[in-house]
Amino acid sequence: MMGTSLEKYILAVITMDPQKVSGGAPIFYAENEDEMQKTAFTLEKILDGMAHDVKNGTMIIVKHF
Amino acid sequence: MENYTLAIIIGVLVGFVSRLLMLRTDYRQYPTYPHGRVIHISLGLIAAGLGAIAVPALFEQDYTAITFLALAAQQFRDVRNMERNSLQQLDEMELVPRGSTYIEGIAMVFEGRNYLVIFSAFLTSLSTVFWGWQGGVIIGILTLVVDASFMSGKLVKDVAEVRQADVRIDGPDLYVDDIYIMNVGLEDTREKIKKVGLGFVLTPHNENSIVTISNIGQRQAILHDVSTILGVYRDTGEPSLVPLSKRSLDDGRLGVFLIPQNRNPRKAMEIIRHVPVLEGAIRMPSESEANE
Repeated sequence: MMGTSLEKYILAVITMDPQKVSGGAPIFYAENEDEMQKTAFTLEKILDGMAHDVKNGTMIIVKHF
Repeated sequence: MENYTLAIIIGVLVGFVSRLLMLRTDYRQYPTYPHGRVIHISLGLIAAGLGAIAVPALFEQDYTAITFLALAAQQFRDVRNMERNSLQQLDEMELVPRGSTYIEGIAMVFEGRNYLVIFSAFLTSLSTVFWGWQGGVIIGILTLVVDASFMSGKLVKDVAEVRQADVRIDGPDLYVDDIYIMNVGLEDTREKIKKVGLGFVLTPHNENSIVTISNIGQRQAILHDVSTILGVYRDTGEPSLVPLSKRSLDDGRLGVFLIPQNRNPRKAMEIIRHVPVLEGAIRMPSESEANE
């Protein structure tokens, strides 16, 4: 159910700091804050997942079921 | 014999009228118009007939006839299933779903109201046999009043105080008053939320309402009702624009974050105040023996 989220799944990671992320989800590197926002915006619309800011220069696109 | 004919006619009439009175298509547009209504009016007529005919059958000592009432109960339980299924199907296509507690509540009402119709028709028919048509009409009107009293449930304003609160964005974090709602990553979405977002805080009146208000189904019902009446600023492919409610874990207050199409805080507040308290969400911890 929307709004209560039963399950979450990370669809993509956008980061300015490659040192800080690794793992299963596709990772997109961004040069700066602006590029990160733009990439996240595009991915959010395409993947229909919500963009969250993890606050350490990394954003994640999460599918909330 | 003539007396019975009159009893059946008056009983069926009163039962039918009570179904019509209890069948309201309001802002929820459910039952849907016109075919949803036709279904329930027809079932109401059948229920009224069953109730009214049971009396002469009993007086004629035709006791097997009463077993048909059991059959009727089975029939009307199916009404509940039917409503539940169709609402669940429809809910998948809603931008802001009703949620299963709301659906269950609606389905239950449909079943319950058919029994009320049987009850009205039965009592009216019985009193017509005893006291003639005048008695039937008087008792009939009384049962209609009883039916109407079953329609008025509690509203959110009876269990909680609603006030408007600030929608605050602190970095990616979104708050309503001091209640954390969600993390919004995109700058673009934050700007939209600043423009259209509305926040409300529901303060429960007592320990019972804390539990009721915290029910996820009840919270979804609030979001759904506001989104139905004021519209919603969202679409598919815009997962970040989502109305949400979160609790303050300290004191059970509920923060409600809304993104109505028609940004009218006063109206939104009135709508929240008039959301029905769902039967399935009501809890009474105060009735517990542990509290005595």
